[in-house]
Amino acid sequence: MSWFKREDNEIINDDTEKTVRTEGLWIKCEGCRQIIWKADLEANLQVCPKCGKHFRLDARSRINLLLEPGYQLVDLDLRSTDPLNFTDLKSYSSRLQAARRKTNLNDAIINAIGQMGPHRVVLSVMEYGFIGGSMGSVVGETIARAVDRAYEMKTPLIIISASGGARMMEGIASLMQLAKVSTALTRLDAEKIPFISLMTDPTTGGVTASFAMLGDLNISEPGALIGFAGPRVIEQTIRQKLPEGFQRAEFLLEHGFLDAVVPRRELKDYLIRALSFMQPA
Amino acid sequence: MARHPQRPYPMDFIQALFTDFSEIHGDRAFGDDPAMAAGMARFHGEEVMVICNLKGRTLKERMLRKFGSPDPEGYRKALRAMKLAEKFSRPVFTFIDLAGANPGLGAEERGQAEAIARNLIEMARLRVPIIATITGEGGSGGALALAVADRVLMLENAMYSVISPEGAASIMWKDAAKKQKAAEALKYTADDVQRLGCVDEIVAEPEGGSQNDPAYSVSILNDRLEANLAQLRALSVDDLLAQRYGKFRNMAQFFEVAS
Repeated sequence: MSWFKREDNEIINDDTEKTVRTEGLWIKCEGCRQIIWKADLEANLQVCPKCGKHFRLDARSRINLLLEPGYQLVDLDLRSTDPLNFTDLKSYSSRLQAARRKTNLNDAIINAIGQMGPHRVVLSVMEYGFIGGSMGSVVGETIARAVDRAYEMKTPLIIISASGGARMMEGIASLMQLAKVSTALTRLDAEKIPFISLMTDPTTGGVTASFAMLGDLNISEPGALIGFAGPRVIEQTIRQKLPEGFQRAEFLLEHGFLDAVVPRRELKDYLIRALSFMQPA
Repeated sequence: MARHPQRPYPMDFIQALFTDFSEIHGDRAFGDDPAMAAGMARFHGEEVMVICNLKGRTLKERMLRKFGSPDPEGYRKALRAMKLAEKFSRPVFTFIDLAGANPGLGAEERGQAEAIARNLIEMARLRVPIIATITGEGGSGGALALAVADRVLMLENAMYSVISPEGAASIMWKDAAKKQKAAEALKYTADDVQRLGCVDEIVAEPEGGSQNDPAYSVSILNDRLEANLAQLRALSVDDLLAQRYGKFRNMAQFFEVAS
């Protein structure tokens, strides 16, 4: 008698039949769980047309969104030398190689010089797609060079963050990048050259705990995750679930750490308006 | 070794190195962090400001001091003390032995990241000499927020790291048991950190570590602090700031130009 014992021991798995391939034309919004047509999403600057959820934007699209055509990309040629010769589950050098292939960048950062409406600006934009936008020697130096350029050109600086924080694979060298960029910013501040920090989803760890919080204005987009410790670390420390909306841009605005939460569609106008205020009188 | 339970804590060093310590409290905004101490003191008769985090020895005290991890108000108190020192042209000494800034709910609400960031930029331009000493654990941004200094000293058995070995093991190896492996890979010993150019000087400890002969450890540190302060004292404020700027702007440059 074997009512429950499986005689043939074979489970037929036909998962393949259940998913319909849409060739990537449609995407499910994580905000409202509705299905949206990808072309609609793109036309709406990667913001869900139904619920307004802001999807992540890569660094190049950011620059295209904010600068007039004819801008110049600079400081793209630095590469990490892997100072610790680091390996965890994979070697850091192989992670770097894979990230370079994926993003067609040398590291998680692009500097650009260009025109934003009536203002000439230096833009430094982090690329989250490159090892989580983490900051090692190359990212730190490249942002510091953007600061130096702004200083020398007496031109406003806008840093757009998207980062998990310091790049663990560079150990203490990555921590020092917090000090490096913050130190570089002292010269800008002394000369009253504007610096606006835009924190995009997600901005956490050492990036938040250094230059990203040091703007003359600190702004963000709706729903962006911004914090010092990552949500998982906090949950493990306090052993309870975090409340809804914790560490989101609106939460930081409410607690006094952001000047404004600006929808993507209005970002450029907001920045132009702020830079006008910051022009020498 | 950096975490040896008998190892002298920053306040032990301060009490042995300085006289007339008079603590100042509060960040003038929210509260007084029990994990951070600041105060006026004298170093060989000279008026100075000293700042350190506090860990606590007994379990009760350790709980009160959150195992040495400061909250935003701790960093803001430290900054207020530094600004006070700047106003009256007194050098600043900081002593660090903490695993990291407190990663709690309240800390996030009150802007832990902003507090640390503020200290980094203000220390970079503070117009008095700053000497930081990492006596035990130098844990990430929470340590750096007291260590943007003209001289960063590190005791021989101290560590200075971007993340704890436990954190690295669970995040990068996805296995908390890989702690030892993570510790080796992160290269956070005094020797390694100095080789990477991220601290200025290693301070020798007695055979087997400071806990074996605290008085001797204090006397070695005393000599090094005195020598470093004398060097910094010889500089004009502008030269001091230019050197500090140059040091941090050019630190940890591990990159090459791609062909």
